[in-house]
Amino acid sequence: MFVFNGETNRQGRRIPQHYAMAVFTRFKSAVRWRYIPPCSVYRRRLDPGPLLRPAESVPERRVHHGGAESAAPRRRPFSRVTADDLVFFRGVLPGRVITDPDVLESCNVDWLKTVKGNSEVLLRPKTTDEVSQILRYCNARNLAVCPQGGNTGLVGGSVPVFDEIILSTALLNRVLAFDTISGILTCQAGCVLESLSEYADKQDFVMPLDLGAKGSCHIGGNVSTNAGGLRLLRYGSLRGTVLGLEVVLADGRVLNLLASLRKDNTGFDLKQLFIGSEGTLGVVTAVTILCPRKPRSINVAFLGCSSFQNLLKTFHMCRGMLGEILSAFEFLDASCMSLLENHLKLTNPISESPFYIVIETAGSNSAHDEEKLHNFLDKVMTSSLVTDGTVATEEAKIKALWSLRERVTEALRHDGYTYKYDISLPVEKIYDLVTDMKEHLGSRAKNVVGYGHVGDGNLHLNVISPTKDVGLLAAIEPYVYEWAARCRGSISAEHGLGLKKRNFIYYSKVPEAVALMANIKAMLDPRGILNPYKTLPDDAHSR
Amino acid sequence: MTARVLVGVKRVIDYAVKIRVKPDNTGVVTDGVKHSMNPFCEIAVEEAVRLKEKKLVQEVVAVSCGPQQVQETIRTALAMGADRGIHVEVSGKDYDSLGPLQVSKILAALAKKEEASLIILGKQAIDDDCNQTGQMTAALLDWPQGTFASELVIEGDKVKVVREIDGGLETIKLNMPVVVTADLRLNTPRYATLPNIMKAKKKKIANMKPGDLGVDMTSRVEVLRVDEPPQRQAGVKVESVEDLVSKLKEAGRI
Repeated sequence: MFVFNGETNRQGRRIPQHYAMAVFTRFKSAVRWRYIPPCSVYRRRLDPGPLLRPAESVPERRVHHGGAESAAPRRRPFSRVTADDLVFFRGVLPGRVITDPDVLESCNVDWLKTVKGNSEVLLRPKTTDEVSQILRYCNARNLAVCPQGGNTGLVGGSVPVFDEIILSTALLNRVLAFDTISGILTCQAGCVLESLSEYADKQDFVMPLDLGAKGSCHIGGNVSTNAGGLRLLRYGSLRGTVLGLEVVLADGRVLNLLASLRKDNTGFDLKQLFIGSEGTLGVVTAVTILCPRKPRSINVAFLGCSSFQNLLKTFHMCRGMLGEILSAFEFLDASCMSLLENHLKLTNPISESPFYIVIETAGSNSAHDEEKLHNFLDKVMTSSLVTDGTVATEEAKIKALWSLRERVTEALRHDGYTYKYDISLPVEKIYDLVTDMKEHLGSRAKNVVGYGHVGDGNLHLNVISPTKDVGLLAAIEPYVYEWAARCRGSISAEHGLGLKKRNFIYYSKVPEAVALMANIKAMLDPRGILNPYKTLPDDAHSR
Repeated sequence: MTARVLVGVKRVIDYAVKIRVKPDNTGVVTDGVKHSMNPFCEIAVEEAVRLKEKKLVQEVVAVSCGPQQVQETIRTALAMGADRGIHVEVSGKDYDSLGPLQVSKILAALAKKEEASLIILGKQAIDDDCNQTGQMTAALLDWPQGTFASELVIEGDKVKVVREIDGGLETIKLNMPVVVTADLRLNTPRYATLPNIMKAKKKKIANMKPGDLGVDMTSRVEVLRVDEPPQRQAGVKVESVEDLVSKLKEAGRI
């Protein structure tokens, strides 16, 4: 049944807003009515509007089916693993084919413990050649593969959905080369970010990215998800700092794009396709990354603000007075602080405030930096933009102050079932989303907190409930995505789409773009074996 | 009410920094290396400030011996709540050979000069691990001492100290004036907050030389050589029990 409520498309045709739809068969005389759940394919067929449409009009046409878009996909007709397959794998990777259910248990569940797969095989290659052999075989046999790094992803993209073979980068953990003049590091994809930081530190360099998950995440995973993190404000995103990649494609072909050059304008920049593709276009096996010099002097200030407006003014002043030495500007709200105090027994170093800011400066001259920082702090305290604060220059205290921001995710996990949202918004609107959400959810949610990289316009909105609550989820989604789309924000600033957000891509990308992504996926992975059910929406595959 | 507390603070290499030995083996590299207040001295300052907040003492004076840079350490103590600072200038050769004996002579002289009735020090410094300054200071002044304090209570003109010793905890009562050295569990030092850091800039730090206090700085100790501890050898993984036994036999362990 068409149910209209007055909406029309660009050509003046009425658009149905409700569930069922008439499907006209080829027999003009017989009209068959059939219930078809709404999805954007049908909406597009009814509404072949112009290629570009303004972002504001798009969200109004969303028809959300209260969870269908978040629901698990159907298993696609991949082959199942047989004894012969295991024999082949054991031949390529002796002693590194794991079928023990206890070991697989942890690899099948994501870090948030919200998604669980049923893989029965875990493979641990040591070299690119082994990865190539595995993928060539799986492609021929039509076996689905889920590449897995540190399994710290937050959108369910790092674990299998069904029985995909888990391809772990854990043993691809060698550093291949490091140039001490240019700071260019070449390493395999399974190197843990913290180990790389320690390695670079010995040479007087630092990694250009830093995140709370650094103790477990692999650089290959960071690159495949275009991870952002705490240093993006200073060093930019991985799209700028990754100089080269080595990728194994779905059919086993090894694509060597490992250049160690800062500048190379020869042809299309293919590595950009793989960065952020979440393992769906190819498996990253080696990375060349540009490391900046280790700053001689690092200072961290932890400040308290009485309102978000003051926080933004502080940011503005900070940018002006600290300028080039500013390397991070993060915020957390009072709810985050109470969670840290209750669950992790961390102490608040300053007096209670509605908002807290973590500012880090990094420079080459401690006297110069401290003077700038103290002038800034003086100004910001006397103008009452900041109500209280503390500064640290010693490494131990710096770590302690940073842990107040880095461990919020951990504290949330202890509080209950967390619904995580990672939204990019214009900086002025960031906290409005949190207050709106609190009002909108009322007592249904146990806690609604906001924190994140305010300097980059990136909010981490988290809603906590004692247990998984489908009703709560229906209240949050699509409200939060529509809110973000209205401000022309991104529904996933740095976490990626993975499994959980794959169908919401239309809130931030026009259908033509998604169609082109599907074309590229079909070209690079025609059988769709690489990390299926992730990143691209379900309907992108049904064409 | 006790008038004055003297707190000694030492500027040491930050405990999170990796120590490197100088190529000529005469000492460790200190140039360009991050320094901060000795953690036990922080605990001592915190305890003194808490006593002042409880109105059991009137004034907290932070003292440090060393070159110009120790002023930073004194400022940190002032930012934590000390009222004024005293910087005893010691530099060059004297600073290289500065040890517990000289410092305790200086503290003893200052205690008499400032008429302090309580001296709180950290139990030991993390760079030399001597654990001697508090004890020597008490001996020079002929004052009672409560070392390794994990609890400190002032009761009138007596001080009750709970000490952490090998066998457990020992509680003693001492007549003022006393020297107390702070152990780890005495308290958790506060963060210096910005308003206090700004107030601290205005607090006074007096300068003086050891000569002004009549202290002889000659050292009876000469450092002959400083070496790194031997590198830890990597372990060996074995696949089976037989392998383990044979490897142990090879190494002569069984």
